[in-house]
Amino acid sequence: MLSQPDQAGFLPLDHMHVLVARLMQLGYQCLGPAVENGAIVMRELDAPDGLPRGLQAEQAPGRYRLTQDPHNRYFAWANGPQAIKPQTFAAKETLWRVERDAAGAQQFAAVKPVVPAQAIIGVRACDLAALALQDAHFLREGRRDRHYAERREQLFLVAVQCAEPAPTCFCASTGDGPTPTAGYDLALAELADGFVAVSGSKKGEAVLDALKLAPATSQQIEAARRQGVSAAASQTRSLPGRTLRDVLMKRLEHPRWDEVAARCLACGNCTAVCPTCFCHAELDEPALDGASSEHARMWDSCFGESHGHLHGFNVRPDIRSRYRQWLTHKLATWHDQFGRSGCVGCGRCIAWCPVGIDLTEEVAALTASEVKP
Amino acid sequence: MNTPKADPIKPRVAVHKFSSCDGCQLAFLNLGEELLTLAGRVDLVHFAEAGPLDPDTDVDVAFVEGSVSTPEDAERIQHIRAHSRLLIAIGACATSGGIQGLRNGVFDEGWVAQIYSHPEAIASLERSTPIASHVKVDFELWGCPVSGPQMLAVVNALLLGVTPRDNADKVCTECKQRGYPCVMVSRGIACMGPVTRAGCGALCPSLGRDCYGCYGPAENANTDALAAQFKSQGLAPQAVTQRFQSINSQAPVFLAAADAIRAHHHD
Repeated sequence: MLSQPDQAGFLPLDHMHVLVARLMQLGYQCLGPAVENGAIVMRELDAPDGLPRGLQAEQAPGRYRLTQDPHNRYFAWANGPQAIKPQTFAAKETLWRVERDAAGAQQFAAVKPVVPAQAIIGVRACDLAALALQDAHFLREGRRDRHYAERREQLFLVAVQCAEPAPTCFCASTGDGPTPTAGYDLALAELADGFVAVSGSKKGEAVLDALKLAPATSQQIEAARRQGVSAAASQTRSLPGRTLRDVLMKRLEHPRWDEVAARCLACGNCTAVCPTCFCHAELDEPALDGASSEHARMWDSCFGESHGHLHGFNVRPDIRSRYRQWLTHKLATWHDQFGRSGCVGCGRCIAWCPVGIDLTEEVAALTASEVKP
Repeated sequence: MNTPKADPIKPRVAVHKFSSCDGCQLAFLNLGEELLTLAGRVDLVHFAEAGPLDPDTDVDVAFVEGSVSTPEDAERIQHIRAHSRLLIAIGACATSGGIQGLRNGVFDEGWVAQIYSHPEAIASLERSTPIASHVKVDFELWGCPVSGPQMLAVVNALLLGVTPRDNADKVCTECKQRGYPCVMVSRGIACMGPVTRAGCGALCPSLGRDCYGCYGPAENANTDALAAQFKSQGLAPQAVTQRFQSINSQAPVFLAAADAIRAHHHD
């Protein structure tokens, strides 16, 4: 975000509502952080000054607790249980309907999603990296998913630099954060007295122009840069920088899979909170009067039973094979599909695993040079 | 192509009650308008809670609520099976023996005398057992009580001539699909969701509460791992046992989980 410092503006802290008001004026439904069930989630802001301050969360494997930021900042929290995924890849949606007409013949019709224009305020660098991966999947040339595309096009993304990564974060090691570098409309770095703001798209540029911000000083830009460097340095977890494809695929019979399967609940939480997981199931929902039916898709998980069903048998009947599928797809075979790993280092699978299984720890054990007998 | 209204013969449906609280029958009644739509497509011949009474007639589909808990129950279920093309057990009592299954293994005649002024009037079997341990059950719908949408989906599938969808995934999948943050992680409470069957729509977690397992065990339920986590969250062994010994105490997976904890702690 700081690659073009001459174009950076400065939004004073007490002018945050001006930015939100502008987005609302443009017709965006504005989503910002809110507290629900003890976690930070993205919900609609009801007023331009509705963005909360001082939210923070303590994160550890299997643990997430709200805390108060002593400096009362807007974005001192690292992340909540969901990234942008629920906004683009709906947890459940109808794809098409079939009805019987007067003659009794079946008539099929696509169901177009009703999507509001949404501005998400507080998107992280890891979330943007994950969105790029979801784009690669859902908007692949020749296989463009219309429902995803409709939602995606409506988004206005206000990214923020992570100044306070959680202990579960490791985006610096995957190369996806903590400072946003691409994929946003606007990006902000929060300093003590305001935000260094840059645009990353035509839409973002127009919003920034309308705010008529004073240019950011070189000291402010330097402070933002240093903040990013120190946030990266503060991360304690990491994945190896090299491609893990070959080493993992050679260890499909490693005893560690049994060990992790003994602890894993196969609840699928890791896949649901993972911002890059895109598996879905499709199902038919016939109306009770027998005159119509809807065909829906919903999130699915490789930890569920039906995910591994083939005709007559299940290819992944036990937890061992499901965990192995998840980890080896994410970190190994994803390279074949998308040219990179499917992990962006957000750490959600670590924090939101009810039993605190740590992906980075499992990888370390699986890739240790000596394979224990 | 036939229009759907032209059902030549409406399937005959009965709803039977065994040892239970009637809550699952109420799931039917609470459907309201949808029940009326449904009533137009089936011939409801026996449903005591709703009115029609004809328990002995032959039916296409018999829904059975409740567990086998008395000698009379044990006889009657045989009769119903013999007169039903399909038999569907609904609710925790019918699928696992229910809350009354807590007496299994600890039943004592002395209790009956302490509780009832005329103990001779009580005819109770020593064990409360699920329908499937007495007769062949074609489909089981878990839950305490079952939910209206679940019931509708089953009836609808049968009307269309397809096997009802059996969702044995965990409650966690419903929490995440609905955007509820995990209460085990955000509040540190002992939630049974990771070993419990979906179907309720994650009702308790939606209210910030822990799931208490009323839909019974999910497939591949790793109860050992969950019990270990409950202990590390500060639950005493007896409290962990009680998490598994509630509505579905006699479901084999939950029973084994409780026995395993007891075996480790000799309590």
